[in-house]
Amino acid sequence: MALELRSAQFRREREAAWRELEELIDRVDKGGIGSLDGRALARLPVLYRATLSGLSVARATSLDRNLLAYLEALCARAYLCVYGVREDPGGLFAHFFARQLPQAVRASWKQIAIVSLVVFGGALAAYLLTMADPAYYHAFVPPGLQQGRSPGASSEALRATLQGGGGGDALAAFAARLFSHNAQIGMLSFALGFVVGAPTIVLMLHNGTMLGAFVALFDSHGLLVEAGGWLSIHGPTEFAALILSAAAGLRLAGAVIFAGREPRLVRLAREGRAAALVMMGAIVLFLLAGILEGFGRQLIVDTASRYVVGWGVFAALLAYILTAGRQRPR
Amino acid sequence: MTDALILDPQAPDPRRRELTTPEGVQVHVKLASIGERLGALAVDIAVLIVAFIVMVALVVLGGGHLGIAFATLILFLLRCFYFTLFELAWNGRTLGKRATRLRVVNRRGGALAPSAVIARNLMREVELFAPISLAIATPQAFATGRLEMVAAFVWVAALACLPLFNRDRLRAGDMVAGTWVIVEPRPALLPDLARMTGGVATAEQPHGFTPAQLAVYGVKELQVLEELLRATHADVSAARRDVAQRIIRRIGYEVPDQRSFDATRFLEAFYAAQRGRLETDLAFGRRKRDKFDR
Repeated sequence: MALELRSAQFRREREAAWRELEELIDRVDKGGIGSLDGRALARLPVLYRATLSGLSVARATSLDRNLLAYLEALCARAYLCVYGVREDPGGLFAHFFARQLPQAVRASWKQIAIVSLVVFGGALAAYLLTMADPAYYHAFVPPGLQQGRSPGASSEALRATLQGGGGGDALAAFAARLFSHNAQIGMLSFALGFVVGAPTIVLMLHNGTMLGAFVALFDSHGLLVEAGGWLSIHGPTEFAALILSAAAGLRLAGAVIFAGREPRLVRLAREGRAAALVMMGAIVLFLLAGILEGFGRQLIVDTASRYVVGWGVFAALLAYILTAGRQRPR
Repeated sequence: MTDALILDPQAPDPRRRELTTPEGVQVHVKLASIGERLGALAVDIAVLIVAFIVMVALVVLGGGHLGIAFATLILFLLRCFYFTLFELAWNGRTLGKRATRLRVVNRRGGALAPSAVIARNLMREVELFAPISLAIATPQAFATGRLEMVAAFVWVAALACLPLFNRDRLRAGDMVAGTWVIVEPRPALLPDLARMTGGVATAEQPHGFTPAQLAVYGVKELQVLEELLRATHADVSAARRDVAQRIIRRIGYEVPDQRSFDATRFLEAFYAAQRGRLETDLAFGRRKRDKFDR
């Protein structure tokens, strides 16, 4: 009888396991990991490790190029299958809100401070300028967003814009539109962080000056308290969301500009993932702000209640961000 | 060089990359080309457009403010989370990537983190949706002037074309998330050539080779020979006859019976004997790279 090559013998002994692994991966690729029963689920990592060690052996001992190519591809596929996105959605969700989000937001405090400075500095500057000369209002608030709120309008007309109105279904449409519009602006300011952050800062400055000019307009007509109530119902949440998205964008910018000792791409990838978590939190806030603006502002017309609800939500938010997901003292 | 084998071994693939598994073993993957990725994107965009049309039709039929609210939310979710949700659910694949057999993986090895999937797809806001809205925007949208329009266009185009300017075909989203897009590996195990001839030659078989004859060629020639034996193109038998003649001349082999000589059978036997010899050497720590390696 002919002598068998060692590498051929190696293949004969292991081929069944390889085929079994291949078949398991096929099933996972088609029907997800849920399509494997308990026994198959337990077999998968065992077969994967055995095949991986088989690849190492084959690299050292076999000169069959097809066999090597096959094992390479099989191991790569098995690796992608074994180390895929595997958490169950429910656990992922809980983990995100209980730990990841507050931690990521707290870790971004520097960027949040910078963006807040830009937004509220811009608001203050625009407020002072508009109070000094109402003509500045038009420079800060584009005509398309004024909706009759302009320095020339009467106090009564301005007061009317602060009232509630509409009802039920129309509000739902309004809230949905506000949410998706604002969230898109937020995502844009995140993504623009990639281009070293300058457009993000400009976008934030623009939003801040709009706020300042708006407040100045109502203040100059003696409507500061009412305008404050109108803004309070959704403003704190919406600006928190806006500031979070811009802060997430600045984390990208920071990684591009200040790479430190790490390779730039490595740092960018690490910061990008953390920033994405902050951004997800911002989108949830935009949703909340959209609901508050769409329903709350129209249905809650009493100024005092507007202050209480708006800032109450904000306080709860702040408490959550500051306390959730902390390591317990050992 | 008359005695050289006629086939060139494959040049190293510029798209081949190494991934280190958590077990410390390197596996190789192949980066997706720009064309393959555009193909996947085209499928995904087609799906999005169909979904968009269906939504609009439903709203027109259903009507009412609630319908509009619902449609607005769904469209927002589609635009922002279509890619994210599919890549999370299908382990780095969207409908388009699945159709074109591509996959997103972690560049550093290890699991593909959900936050990486979110990060890479949030960047589509500037890489995909900004260019699209810019392309369909009316000139009136640029109230500030022509210069701004040109500047915005150049900037957005530069971002969208980022994959053309780096070796790993990374778009901004891949950079931010630390990901690669690779071609799904396709394992295909062919029959072992050395087993087809029943292992190494023995006294009963017509082809026996002396140790000196087997010491001529190295690993490189062996693998070129494997490629020739596995090839199925039309003029393969002519190529095999030619290669067999070259080998016979080079190693000084006496053909026992000229009339019944079969080039393919000779090459198979030589391949098996050669591989046995080289693998034995390998076990003793000697790797003869090619015929020039002493």
